[in-house]
Amino acid sequence: MPDVTGDPHAQEREALRDTVRTFLERTSSEAEVRRLMETESGYDESVWKQGAEQLGLTGLAIPEEYDGSGFGPMELSVVFEEMGRSLFCGPFFSTVGLAANTLLVSGDDAAKKEWLPKIASGQTIATLALTEESSSWNVADITTMATRSGAAWKLSGTKWFVLDGTIADLVLVVARAESDVAVFAVAGDAAGLTREPMVTIDQTRKMARLTFDGVEAQPIGSQSAGNDVVSRGLLLAATALSAENIGGAQRCLDMAADYARERVQFGRPIGSFQAIKHKLANLLTEVEQAKSASYFVSREAAANGDDLPLAASLAKSYTSDAFFKAAADNIQIHGGIGFTWEHAAHLYFKRAKTNQLLLGSSSHHRAIVADRVGI
Amino acid sequence: MRWRIEDAPERAEFREQFRGWLRSVLPDGWIEAVDSGDEETFTKVRQSWDFGGWQKVIGSSGYGAPLWPKEYGGLSGEPWMQQIVREELTNNRLPAVSFNILGVGLAGPTIIEHGSEEQKKRYLQKILTAEEIWCQLFSEPGSGSDLASLSTRAVQDGDHWVINGQKVWTSGAQGAAFGMLVARTDPDLPKHDGLTYFICDMRSPGVEVRPLRQMSGSAEFNEVFFTDVRIPDENRVGAVGEGWRVARTTLMNERVALSGVSLDRVSFLGGTRKDPWQSYLDLVPDRTSPLVRERLAQLYIEQEVKEVTAFRAAAARAAGRQPGPEGGISKVFNAELNQRRSEAAVDAAGLGGVAWMPGDDSAEARAYNFLRARANTIEGGTSEVLRNQIGERILGLPREPDVDKGLAWSKTRK
Repeated sequence: MPDVTGDPHAQEREALRDTVRTFLERTSSEAEVRRLMETESGYDESVWKQGAEQLGLTGLAIPEEYDGSGFGPMELSVVFEEMGRSLFCGPFFSTVGLAANTLLVSGDDAAKKEWLPKIASGQTIATLALTEESSSWNVADITTMATRSGAAWKLSGTKWFVLDGTIADLVLVVARAESDVAVFAVAGDAAGLTREPMVTIDQTRKMARLTFDGVEAQPIGSQSAGNDVVSRGLLLAATALSAENIGGAQRCLDMAADYARERVQFGRPIGSFQAIKHKLANLLTEVEQAKSASYFVSREAAANGDDLPLAASLAKSYTSDAFFKAAADNIQIHGGIGFTWEHAAHLYFKRAKTNQLLLGSSSHHRAIVADRVGI
Repeated sequence: MRWRIEDAPERAEFREQFRGWLRSVLPDGWIEAVDSGDEETFTKVRQSWDFGGWQKVIGSSGYGAPLWPKEYGGLSGEPWMQQIVREELTNNRLPAVSFNILGVGLAGPTIIEHGSEEQKKRYLQKILTAEEIWCQLFSEPGSGSDLASLSTRAVQDGDHWVINGQKVWTSGAQGAAFGMLVARTDPDLPKHDGLTYFICDMRSPGVEVRPLRQMSGSAEFNEVFFTDVRIPDENRVGAVGEGWRVARTTLMNERVALSGVSLDRVSFLGGTRKDPWQSYLDLVPDRTSPLVRERLAQLYIEQEVKEVTAFRAAAARAAGRQPGPEGGISKVFNAELNQRRSEAAVDAAGLGGVAWMPGDDSAEARAYNFLRARANTIEGGTSEVLRNQIGERILGLPREPDVDKGLAWSKTRK
């Protein structure tokens, strides 16, 4: 089933989907994914440039006044869904899902003017550095300190699990400043910043440890609103990741169903056995429900509705769990070949588990839902 | 939180028109009391009103079955109209589905598609007004999921058919005027080919209805026995031997009629204004344990997600598609979700979930829901059969080898 009808822009979004899918079929084939995941930077500069300049992907949801094309979360979700489907290798989630979204809700016009046009043009790769060794997404757990000397701010501390942290030109750092947390901009090549690649099970999504030793930083937004900016930015990031999840989940279902129709054992296609058929029927059900969750949060994000925090936690947990289940069952249905390196099943499995833990685990998000619905 | 879409202009207009009609037929003060949430006034207005006549009022208005052709009491409308009518009925604390749900949801659409002109004139209007209640005579003790293997016989005798056999799981058989009956007219054809579909007058001599007590303790269903019951040939729906094709229309509509509606007291009687989620939470008074909280949060998430999916399915149908296997996705999910929900409430109550002092209505409701829910994955197509259908019809997976294929019914293993 497609996105809900009765929406005047549904057709435009399907046209966008076709364009993005065609682009990704060319630039993000399994062979390309495998080539790029073995590189240190994890992306192809010329593809990144094409995506930004020719398709306008990086600026899709950036307002026109900052040189973007002024669309919103609904359209952006289509792009993320397609990227999830093809396991696109590149700093798109970090730059657009995390950093641009955080800037967009920062309320800081100067920072937006400085950075958003460069993100839209593809010139700047950006990321958000929030989590530390504990891997907590709760800002209360942040220990990285921002100290002021005169007009200048300096950061000290260590950020872990920073997506595309080694290649980012701009790092938005969430740090503890005086009484509250705040967001700071740091150049990727700033003095005193050490960037070390981490080992990741998902090689298509690079992470780094960033150590700040008195690094000069530029505050973004007002100091008192830091908490709010971070949490609102993360809601939009969760919206993006939910879309990526359903793209990946649908691809796993497609792979598994294709295989079940073709693979013959005991003289029958294995899809005719109820043990396999029912597993696939369950997967279809979960994937369709996950799409509902993703469409729902995209709409809430586009409308900036009051239910966005609830919808974001609902969708993040549901779509992540569905993607993981689809990825795991895809391996099982493929049997031995599904456990090999040469088959693509493990790439999705690793992405799914990483997405499930990014932005907070499913349990973390269910706790948020519980608080919000009177449980 | 609910999936919301702004009405397109034609929908907004229809909604306004239906609201206007409601204002014209409801007693003074009803809508005001609903809008203001004034329980006391609402109860007074409701008690002073002849609620029993409601079915006739809505059934005569066209709004009782917006999808039916105008000439048979509908609006010749679109699925979204039905959706709007249900929403407004619920909002105004009226029953969202007809008391005669098997008539309106199943028998009506079947007669409209396969019935003769005389049958349409004779039955449809009285289905809508619930003057004649319908029941469904399909399942048999030996034929559950494999319905086409049924063995109730119909033998022609002049311009009549003589029926012998037994049906089971027939809800509402005592009060029903008519039943949708599928019987075997030719045992020497393969099982799907020897069936014929009839309208059975439940007051005919030889029809015996016995209540069937369920594990929940109540008796919603019946067994129906047929001993030399005579049905005139004019009550045949579709051609002789076409019974399976006609029955499939009924079955497809069954899935649509029963998905997206919870068949509880509220749906049939209207009345409560409480958010169903809040009503559910009332059954789980102690929610301090983090494990209980997480389980409930997941249930909440699943319930909300399923609403959006139901909405998407309705939108797909609104685009003109026949009810298809996507109804099966919702049915499987809803049934199992209801089992998880009702079980979580019992678990959270500890032994209080399985034992209570007489008169504790809340504990009783909790336990009843828990027991009743076991039927959800069996009735209206077991989850296993529906998963086969989802696999075969949506995912295109091959069928299992069919050992009855091409074999005369009389030669099949029973």
